[in-house]
Amino acid sequence: MNFPDNLKYTKDHEWVMVDGDLATIGITDFAQSELGDIVFVDISSQGDTLSAHEVFGTVEAVKTVSDLYMPVSGEVIEVNSGLDSAPESVNGDPYGDGWMVKVKMSKPSEVDGLMSHADYTAMVG
Amino acid sequence: MSDNQALKSTALTDLHNSLGAKMVPFAGFNMPVLYDNLIQEHLCVRNAMGVFDVSHMGEVWVEGPKAYDLIEYITTNDVSTLYDGRVQYSCMPNATGGIVDDLLVYRFNAEKYLLVINAGNIDKDLAWIHEQNKNFGATITDVSPDYSLLAIQGPKATEALQKLTAVNLSEIPYYHFVEGELAGLQLIISCTGYTGAGGFELYVKNADARTLWDKVFEAGAEFGIKPIGLGARDTLRLEKGFCLYGNDINDETSPIEAGLGWITKFNHPFVMSEHHKTIKDNKPTKKLVGFELVDKGIPRQHYPLCDASGAVIGEVTSGTMSPSLNKAIGLGYVKSEFAAAGSEIYVEVRGKLLKATVCKIPFM
Repeated sequence: MNFPDNLKYTKDHEWVMVDGDLATIGITDFAQSELGDIVFVDISSQGDTLSAHEVFGTVEAVKTVSDLYMPVSGEVIEVNSGLDSAPESVNGDPYGDGWMVKVKMSKPSEVDGLMSHADYTAMVG
Repeated sequence: MSDNQALKSTALTDLHNSLGAKMVPFAGFNMPVLYDNLIQEHLCVRNAMGVFDVSHMGEVWVEGPKAYDLIEYITTNDVSTLYDGRVQYSCMPNATGGIVDDLLVYRFNAEKYLLVINAGNIDKDLAWIHEQNKNFGATITDVSPDYSLLAIQGPKATEALQKLTAVNLSEIPYYHFVEGELAGLQLIISCTGYTGAGGFELYVKNADARTLWDKVFEAGAEFGIKPIGLGARDTLRLEKGFCLYGNDINDETSPIEAGLGWITKFNHPFVMSEHHKTIKDNKPTKKLVGFELVDKGIPRQHYPLCDASGAVIGEVTSGTMSPSLNKAIGLGYVKSEFAAAGSEIYVEVRGKLLKATVCKIPFM
């Protein structure tokens, strides 16, 4: 399984790419593999300001529904509209076309509390 | 894995593990929910063929001079229409207006029948059948642990299996069976299934299950045969609108409400038959319907069904994204005034009302 070493991770199997106070968020290769075929990504939190651990959306596989949690606090400034017509991108390219939201972080220091590549790999390994 | 130690295995559990299946607890058994990819498994059955290990299903012999009378009393369908080699879908009503289980009834001869029941209900069903049998005295033998069951389903299933047997499979109509030799083994060869894709269900002694599996996969190789998990079994049955016990029917639903009037025949008395006749005569107040979502979203079991104002009119019992239709579909109970095909209803999904249309089942 692929866990890029330039990303941060959460116990809820989300990944975070940090660029200044901007965080791009998706779910990990492990998460998509566990969920199986993703058929619907339901994110209606664009423009919302949410705290870390709040639900920002839902991902649905054929058989299961899973909530998506904010790894960090901030405003959801962009939602990946490409997932409306191609939710399977989350399976095929979880760190690329399968990204889910971009968040303008209100507390960038929260990034320090996220898991490193090594910690996450150890957890799912 | 410690949780799994209390679970029952089938004769093929080790094989599923070696194939890399994702195993889950289901009805007390450790069962393969998928091998690789649910959608591909689903489409493989619709378009070619696949094999399910459904050995968890229960098999119960009912024999003797009182066998017919017992089955006639404990099942809703008309047992008098059965003949040797005929299978019947039926349900066992309980004493409080609900359903103990749905089942298949196989007639081997006038005094020998096989009941095939849901894995999760085996203990409950046996207790119920024995209780009712006090008034009849048929001979009841649970052979669930002795038999494996492989469902070979899909449009290529008959052609592939024909290579393994001298029995002319195309002469076995739907819901009929023969006892015969296939792959060199003595089997019950049943033209039934839970997918609506065609094919057979093969009842085999546990000791022969692995041999049968291997021979079937050899025969099916040219057609792209795959092992199929219970995940795809559920999406396949739902596309055809087949009820799943525990979801769409249960201890509280009447077969009349569940759209099972076609297997509920009032030409014979059965458990609570007057009650169900009254429901039929007075028209049921709720009905199980199929629906398709118009808005984007996926219905799931227990989501509320509502009218346009948001008032609750029922509940989703099964729902999925249909892999064949690429549409979100579901089954659920609604108040009868919303049950006509074309009715506009709403599914409440995470606080939002999503529009749906009641439609005829099967969905395809």
